[in-house]
Amino acid sequence: MGQFLQQLINGIQIGSIYALIALGYTMVYGIVRLINFAHADIFMFGAYMGFFLAPKMAMIFGGAFVPTIIAAMLITGLLGFIMEKLAYRPLRYKSRLSALITALGVSIFLENFCAMDFVLFGVHFVFGPTYRKFPDLIVAKNIPIPGNLGLNISNVLLLDVGVSVILMVLLFWFVNKTLIGKQMRAVAFDKPTASLMGINIDVVISTAFIVGPALAGAGGILYGTTYGMLASPFLGIWPGLKAFIAAVLGGIGNIPGAVLGAYIMGISEAFATSVNSNLGYGIAFAILIGILLIRPSGLLGKFMPEKV
Amino acid sequence: MRRLFAIILVCALIAGIGVGCKAKTGVVNLGGIFPMTGASATFGTSSKQGVAMAVEEFNTAGGATVGGVATTINYINEDDAGDPAVGASAAHKLIDQDKVIGIIGAVMSKVTLAVAPIAQDAGVPEISPTSTNEAVTLVGDYIFRACFIDPFQGKVMANYAYNTLKVKTAAVLYDNGNDYPKGLAEAFKASFESLGGKIVAYEAFTDEATTIDYKAQLTTIKAAKPEFLYLPNYYGGAALQLKQAREMGLNVPAGGGDGWDSPELVTIGGAAVEGGVFSNHFSKDDKSPKVQDFVAKYTTKYGAAPDALAALAYDAAGLFLDAFKTCGSIKGSDIRDAMKNTTFSGIGGAYKFDANRNPIKAAVILQIKNGQQTFLMTVNP
Repeated sequence: MGQFLQQLINGIQIGSIYALIALGYTMVYGIVRLINFAHADIFMFGAYMGFFLAPKMAMIFGGAFVPTIIAAMLITGLLGFIMEKLAYRPLRYKSRLSALITALGVSIFLENFCAMDFVLFGVHFVFGPTYRKFPDLIVAKNIPIPGNLGLNISNVLLLDVGVSVILMVLLFWFVNKTLIGKQMRAVAFDKPTASLMGINIDVVISTAFIVGPALAGAGGILYGTTYGMLASPFLGIWPGLKAFIAAVLGGIGNIPGAVLGAYIMGISEAFATSVNSNLGYGIAFAILIGILLIRPSGLLGKFMPEKV
Repeated sequence: MRRLFAIILVCALIAGIGVGCKAKTGVVNLGGIFPMTGASATFGTSSKQGVAMAVEEFNTAGGATVGGVATTINYINEDDAGDPAVGASAAHKLIDQDKVIGIIGAVMSKVTLAVAPIAQDAGVPEISPTSTNEAVTLVGDYIFRACFIDPFQGKVMANYAYNTLKVKTAAVLYDNGNDYPKGLAEAFKASFESLGGKIVAYEAFTDEATTIDYKAQLTTIKAAKPEFLYLPNYYGGAALQLKQAREMGLNVPAGGGDGWDSPELVTIGGAAVEGGVFSNHFSKDDKSPKVQDFVAKYTTKYGAAPDALAALAYDAAGLFLDAFKTCGSIKGSDIRDAMKNTTFSGIGGAYKFDANRNPIKAAVILQIKNGQQTFLMTVNP
């Protein structure tokens, strides 16, 4: 029983990080019907921003976590904005395949550019291919759980889940209550009509490309804080892939679906690994295929899904 | 013009020495193939320095007696650039042109695997200081190595855990996508069980480079209540695994193999890796006089303390030269037979070859103490 609950907790923790990434995939897809493969690398970029900024933030503000996560979100938001402007906007009315291939190109560019160790005047400008120790933004501590189940809940876990939930609530509020959020939903529903109604589509698309990457940036900071190590600029690939599958599983284009899919992904991964660690991910992916066979448009995806 | 003159002068001098010495002593060539350029250039430099030192000592001590003639060694070092093709042409050059009596090298298993068939066909004994892949010596009976092969480390750690730490149960977490951790894990399991211990959890993950969360496996391991945790992975993975294990309250002693041998282990793992033990080929902190003597001599000569590569290269060359001296012949088959029956005692312990020309020799166990690798003990097989 204790082990079961512990695996559930492990799954929820990793699922929270997947959720923050999956939201960006699903928002961008909902609005421009583009699978932004470079999204995983924005997540990586956010994690590295934490690596570089945390010591400076600690110096300026005393505490490091809150300023670092906000700064990383701003920077990755800006990166998403620039990416859309430079790479995707010129192709918006071209074939969908061109945009998809461009997304792959942007992804490969970001990974390999960041993997260079480019030093000028003794300053490292990009991240390099070596292991980096992520600064300890908070000191990991175990929170004693009453009872004899032997459960382990650390403050890092609570932080991961807490920050994800806060950001998701903010996103729901943003999409449902603000004017720009309503515009986003309108554009996702029917682009030409929304345009005829006087909605500035460029602004809406840019907003999606700022908000999604900002969430991925926050995910990157949580990732760094949780694991304390950044392996290489290729670290986004696997979490990104799993988050993408989570978004598809939940019904791509559907925001609550992405969150649900991410938690299912994290939990099934933890349980599958505990059943047989050799098959681990294989079982997790088999479960996902099973769900998609029964519901091809994803768990919350409808015939005409309410997309954003 | 001046350069040409210098070259002629040098040639004349060499020829003069050759003529002058022929009556009393002979010189034979010994080849070395190491990566002197490329990504593993530091491996090559250390190895070459180790071999050069062994040759120098051998010559100073008077060399060998071949057919009544005192014979010294002329060492020729070739660069393989970490590339099997370059290594193969270096081997051809050494064997066909320089007529070497033996080859020391290479560092990487893939290069040694390219060099070994050439040496085998030519009947020239080759000894690799550091190629751990099992297939290397299986190329033929002229191919030897000076390092233990991967599975041996698992055995060493099982012995240490069972006999020294006196633990009866252990758990293993290893990368099933890589032969190195897999080999260590299997050997550890087999040895630990044959000693009478019990492996309570044997968990895997795939690809250390892309895995970051080990909590699911560690939860299973923790529930099995092991007294010892064996993590035969590379330093990055091992550091993360230990960190997550400690965060989960799994505070049992932990061990690994020579993949832990990096300062990054402590940088990433911090306090979590403290007290961890791992097996390695050599430690410069080994208190035995032989090792300390070597470390002192090497440091004076090259200005830096020797690493495991230098030590193993020194031993490989020493072993070869010892066999050469014993048999007193420059024939490849004679040297090979002498090497097979060697009882050479190097800084890595006493050498003895098994049927596949892998050495049976001691390993050292190091422990992370206050963030530093400290020598704990030597374990004999």
